[in-house]
Amino acid sequence: MATHEVTFPITDSAEILKLRAGDEVVVQGHIIGIRDRTQVRIFDQGVEPPMDLSGAFLLHTAPNVRKLGPGRYEKLCIGTTTSARMVRFTEPLGAQYGVRAICGKGGFPDEAIEPMHRLGMVYFAIVGGAAALETTQIEDIEEVAWEELMPECLWRFRVKDFGPLTVGIDAHGGSLYRDVQARAHEKLEEIYARL
Amino acid sequence: MSVVATDLDSAVSDAAAHLYVWALKDIPQDLRDALADAAGRETSVTGQRVLQTILKNVTVAETEKNLVCQDTGIAVYYCKVGEHFPLHPARIYASLKEGTERATVEHPLRSNTVHTLTRENTGPNVGYRVPIVHWDFIPDWDGLDVKCVPKGSGSENMSFLKMCVPADGVTGIKKFVLESIVGAGGKPCPPGIVGVGIGGSADYAMHLAKEAIARPVGTRNPDPLVAELEAELKDLLNETGVGPMGLGGDVTVLSVHVEHADTHMTLNPVAVNYQCWAARRASAHVAADGSIEYERDA
Repeated sequence: MATHEVTFPITDSAEILKLRAGDEVVVQGHIIGIRDRTQVRIFDQGVEPPMDLSGAFLLHTAPNVRKLGPGRYEKLCIGTTTSARMVRFTEPLGAQYGVRAICGKGGFPDEAIEPMHRLGMVYFAIVGGAAALETTQIEDIEEVAWEELMPECLWRFRVKDFGPLTVGIDAHGGSLYRDVQARAHEKLEEIYARL
Repeated sequence: MSVVATDLDSAVSDAAAHLYVWALKDIPQDLRDALADAAGRETSVTGQRVLQTILKNVTVAETEKNLVCQDTGIAVYYCKVGEHFPLHPARIYASLKEGTERATVEHPLRSNTVHTLTRENTGPNVGYRVPIVHWDFIPDWDGLDVKCVPKGSGSENMSFLKMCVPADGVTGIKKFVLESIVGAGGKPCPPGIVGVGIGGSADYAMHLAKEAIARPVGTRNPDPLVAELEAELKDLLNETGVGPMGLGGDVTVLSVHVEHADTHMTLNPVAVNYQCWAARRASAHVAADGSIEYERDA
């Protein structure tokens, strides 16, 4: 398992292809916060997102913030939510908007493997609940759109040494979640036999 | 810490406000010990990465005076009310609600509570029937014990109920717990506390499962048969290899807590409620004179 540092948004797809399931990654640059209602607005209500998502790193989040002024927010506590609820948006995020990385906690089910392989995308696993640490790695909230969806807005954060993340699903068809679940189900059969 | 409030209503609301924020920032010692122990025995690379990040996060929350996890949860309180406590439970409820609201506005904390159909936010972590309060009434006593358990949604979404039939026996109970936790994978932020409620009725089994997750990590049910089931389930779950955050490893759960009730001869209910690794809780004792004693590890 290798360790990588990747800066987002990316322009060179080779940056994504070098990542393999299980690898450790630390992220620099800019990332975009997104959640359930944000994606429902884009895809189910057909509203164009007012931020450029090409080459982007999306984070499944709904931050605790304090309003400083029009469009200006101070971070209080920023953590990550369960990704599985939002798996159906993976394909259109990659195909229509060129998103290259989705980061959340708890993993994506197997239906994400094929589109991520085809479109050259990765899923990064963050440690759920480790929000105090994550907040220190977010340097600034640079932009907020769709404030009426608070806290499920579109957020643009500048990050430094964001991680450590684990590549949960890579762009080569590999998924740590699928492998762990397959082994666990084999183990369950063995356990059931001795109960 | 000991505080005397001017009247009982404000004593209870002060206790609620303090407990809610305290629980979110400062996790109990038994949980810290269990997480350190998990890091000591985890052999997988990804599992170690996750556990070391968790330990670092607990320290950063302390130094930055920040919340351990951003999910301020749904506020749940467990109250033990003495029969001679001078404040009626109706007033206790109003004070707990007021305290929850005040903590949310003053800190400020993220407001999570929404109308279940419209999904519109209902206010500062309060709403219709929120916070959720569970009651026990104690004879021959004049005190009030309040335990606050802010319950995160990632783990609460991993709740399961099965009405096993009596012929499924204890094996049916064990299989259901195993398949539920393996199926949950990384979603409930493992390694955490698995709460299991058995017996009673459908609703009561789930109530018991929730009560089980609010116990200090690793405490055992006083009934030796139930305690044995807790130990066995913990070992079996840790054989599955789901590991920290579902990324593979030796430590899938920190503990399994089982609470039981007698049941109908045709019933065999089993409920599972998961509590994430950030198993937040904090307690207070409010005396009849309004003095408050806070206790993190109860």
